[in-house]
Amino acid sequence: MACTVRIASPLRSYTAGAATLTARGSTLAEVLGSLEQCCPGIRFRMIDEQDRIRPHMRLFVNSSEAHELSAKVADGDTVHVICALSGG
Amino acid sequence: MLPGMADTLWIGTRKGLFSLRALGGRRGWKLAGPQFLGHIIHHVVQDPREPRTLLLAARTGHLGPTVMRSTDRGRSWREAAAPPAFRRAAEGEKARAVERVFWLTPGHRSESGSWYAGSSPAGLFRSADGGEHWEPVAGFNDHPMRPQWAAHATPDGEFLHSILVDPRDPRHLYLAISIGGVFESTDGGTSWSPLNEGCAADFMPDPEVPFGHDPHCVVQHPLMPDRLYQQNHCGIYRLDRPGRRWQRIGKAMPKKVGDVGFPIVLHPLNPDRAWVLPMDGRTVWPRTSIDGRPAVYATADAGASWRRLDRGLPRSRAWFTVLRQAMCIDAHPRPGVYFGTTAGEVWASSNGGERWRCLVRHLPEIYSVTHAA
Repeated sequence: MACTVRIASPLRSYTAGAATLTARGSTLAEVLGSLEQCCPGIRFRMIDEQDRIRPHMRLFVNSSEAHELSAKVADGDTVHVICALSGG
Repeated sequence: MLPGMADTLWIGTRKGLFSLRALGGRRGWKLAGPQFLGHIIHHVVQDPREPRTLLLAARTGHLGPTVMRSTDRGRSWREAAAPPAFRRAAEGEKARAVERVFWLTPGHRSESGSWYAGSSPAGLFRSADGGEHWEPVAGFNDHPMRPQWAAHATPDGEFLHSILVDPRDPRHLYLAISIGGVFESTDGGTSWSPLNEGCAADFMPDPEVPFGHDPHCVVQHPLMPDRLYQQNHCGIYRLDRPGRRWQRIGKAMPKKVGDVGFPIVLHPLNPDRAWVLPMDGRTVWPRTSIDGRPAVYATADAGASWRRLDRGLPRSRAWFTVLRQAMCIDAHPRPGVYFGTTAGEVWASSNGGERWRCLVRHLPEIYSVTHAA
């Protein structure tokens, strides 16, 4: 299944500047694995070594925030990778 | 120093990487950067075995920690393929994740491409291929006592730093944890034991604890590797191995100044000479220069006495904070001493601290100043 992944600007050094990519997978874990295949290194900046979403990252499938990598992704969905940072 | 190799200061800041390159025998300095604008740079270290190689420890406010590697003296950088990371936690086990790579140390000169990294929360990692792939050092990270060694972390987590490799023996290692103490391995990191006897831990209910201390910076003299110095949260210390009891050489500091600070640096050729930068550890711990009058203190007799070095530094109303990685020394016979402040200034002395001048202002908060040749 193919989905669209929208990439926040802090991660675009891994995507050659692209803001939107196409990835494959039926769960968030599979989608991020697919993303890692084309953009090596990007996953670890978002997901820690225990498969937890890093504190300042937010992942949405369409308009619903996903808190686990087991979240389902359907064909045609959009995964949003959003950075959440406060302060200077 | 090799002919044609200019002194360079690598400046890691909260908002990017800068460098200062010496011109005309350290009379002038040219600022370059930023590289990695917006990235948090905790440490930048040159490989003495391959001087074209540098490693830096980075993260951003959003993104996880990583290591970058340059093989062309910092002109270009490439990210590690496998940055430092703890092993996957077993079922029911507390799951640890590296929040920041805090410290980098080149391995022994006989082990080309070997590097060590220290993290927060406290973890030790090793690379055998020049920083491209990193593996956790199980002997430390999974030591049954490790949870107790670093049991009293501040909310920012405990920091593993000051990884020292004995130049005579690649299997002889030291490391420090703030808060946790100093630890030693004589088998290449397979086993570890605390080395804190004599150090104060006056913030603990029992000040005579075997570990739980707060070493801020530990250094080993390259020509006399049995001599260690330590700037601790609770004083300045020296340890001459095989002894195991640290001597509080900070007792010779002026009482009004005290012996609290973050960094300590050593003369590259003379094991009796060291420099520290005291900070205010009174009341609520401002951690600024004492009474707004910054000064470096130096010893030429292994800590038996200290001399104030403040010519050229502000005489008043200067509230410096200098972090543990933010002071360094070069390799000239009359060494240059350098430090960077959290207010974004880099100060230098080309005569061992006798006279200071400000090389640059208005950088972001400085975390690290290291010398490369």
